[in-house]
Amino acid sequence: MTRGLFPALGVLATASVVVALATGSVAIPPERLLALLTGEAAPLDRALVLELRLPRALAAFAVGGLLALAGALMQVLLRNPLADPYILGISGGAACAALGAMLLGLGAAWVSGSAFAGALLAMLLVFALGRGGGDWSPTRLLLTGVVIAAGWGAVISFLLATSPDRSLPGMLFWLMGDLGAGATTAVGPGLGWAILAAGLAAALALSGQLNVLAHGDLAARSLGIELARLRGAVYLLASLLTATAVTLAGTIGFVGLVTPHMLRLLGLTDHRRLLPACVLLGGALLLFADTAARTLLAPRQLPTGVVTALIGVPLFLYLLRRGDGRHV
Amino acid sequence: MSDAPLLEARGLRVSIAGQRVCEGLDLALRPGTSWALLGRNGSGKTTLLHTLAGLRPMEAGTLHLLGDDLATLSRRAVAQRLGLLPQDTRDLFPATVLETALIGRHPHLATLAWEESRDREIARAALAEVGLSGFEARPVTTLSGGERRRLALATLRCQAPRVALLDEPANHLDLRHQVTLLGSLRARTRERGDALLMVMHDVNLAARHCDHALLLFGEGEYAAGVFADVVDTRSLSRLFGHPVESVAGPTGKAWLPA
Repeated sequence: MTRGLFPALGVLATASVVVALATGSVAIPPERLLALLTGEAAPLDRALVLELRLPRALAAFAVGGLLALAGALMQVLLRNPLADPYILGISGGAACAALGAMLLGLGAAWVSGSAFAGALLAMLLVFALGRGGGDWSPTRLLLTGVVIAAGWGAVISFLLATSPDRSLPGMLFWLMGDLGAGATTAVGPGLGWAILAAGLAAALALSGQLNVLAHGDLAARSLGIELARLRGAVYLLASLLTATAVTLAGTIGFVGLVTPHMLRLLGLTDHRRLLPACVLLGGALLLFADTAARTLLAPRQLPTGVVTALIGVPLFLYLLRRGDGRHV
Repeated sequence: MSDAPLLEARGLRVSIAGQRVCEGLDLALRPGTSWALLGRNGSGKTTLLHTLAGLRPMEAGTLHLLGDDLATLSRRAVAQRLGLLPQDTRDLFPATVLETALIGRHPHLATLAWEESRDREIARAALAEVGLSGFEARPVTTLSGGERRRLALATLRCQAPRVALLDEPANHLDLRHQVTLLGSLRARTRERGDALLMVMHDVNLAARHCDHALLLFGEGEYAAGVFADVVDTRSLSRLFGHPVESVAGPTGKAWLPA
């Protein structure tokens, strides 16, 4: 049943890139995209595709992959199907720092840098507090993270309520998740892909153990897993992936929650296959969503995060019904 | 075959929530023996089982697994020698029956290695043994309680440990599977010179499948030894706090509540 899944995901991912490069204010049909490869393209096509659409497409794909991978890791770590990359407040810390930087009138690079620093701070805070005296259980970690996330939420509301009107649209766009500004800076897509590649390699190295952990703590420990070490590694990895995604594109919702479930509903349950599949599907979904976000109401751009939910909700509900509730 | 104990506890003191489970427990699981662990609800059977598996700290005493101090072994080295069948299993994420059986191979796989065809053969054989042939591709969530229990036994069989600690293995099993699965578990244990310790509530099932018994009376008191030496109407009446009588059954003595 899962045999043809990887080729299909490969086709989907390729299609998402082609559509993203071809669609926009000026439509560029595939044969003209091919001409770019041979170096015979018109200068306008070249500028549009290579300087505008390609960086954004690469950034979108990387962010989608990062979020889906982080979501799958968080779900196993917290043993909670409802977990997403943001559940432990990493995005909240990033958002507070990013909004603060916007309030100070700092540029896009500073906003991104602040977001990353805020995400790291949030990650360390939950790690330290969730541990408490002894071992952390998934429940303790989850409660700590959820409470701290609520705290960040209050700070975000405070910042929004007290900000001057002119900074509000930018702040709201950031909060809803947007690939317009930070993601397409000179380092953006490259940084995203580098961390995605390193993160996927690390996740694959842990994936055999995750298969065992998915059956519970007791099963994991009695089958030879050093639980505290594995949990620490998964937490750190998922947090760094999330921090990178949030730094590039703000808090884009839904991709990290539903992508792993979609693949599980399609019958992919072995984490050694599930995790790389998450990168492909998450990347493709976010890229399709971003292409829709910048073209649906053109010349106006929608926040990408709004479109991920608009596409994701019906797709997920369809798969859930089709799966007949057998898997979840 | 050497008769050195596979798992040996000396002077073990275990408590949970301020309540003493055992005090000064000496226990030696020798090759080829099957032990029943009996005690009333809350006497600490599961706690003791987890302690013997090295999953929770003991307050005093030593544990040796195949001659090595268990505290010095990595979890992986322990898992290659000792397996635990948990009291119940919960599956939050979907997995197939074959995948679930295969996690038993995890301690035997090299880091980053995938299961080989040999591992899959072991898993298929284990599933066949528990009567789950043909279930390989089924999601575990579609299994009944008894089938799920048989799958857990198959996972343990894939792990193939020298020492198996089973927490109420007969849970959810119908009468036929109780007798056949515990019977084949014991036969295999004898054949390979392994050791078994299983928490049981049914004394008659224990009498049928175990040659040794460990009784936890509460307050840290215990009795351990050859089944026929430690299990009688007096010890069982004390153990359960309810009078027990014995009658002649088809395979030896049978115990009934008075």
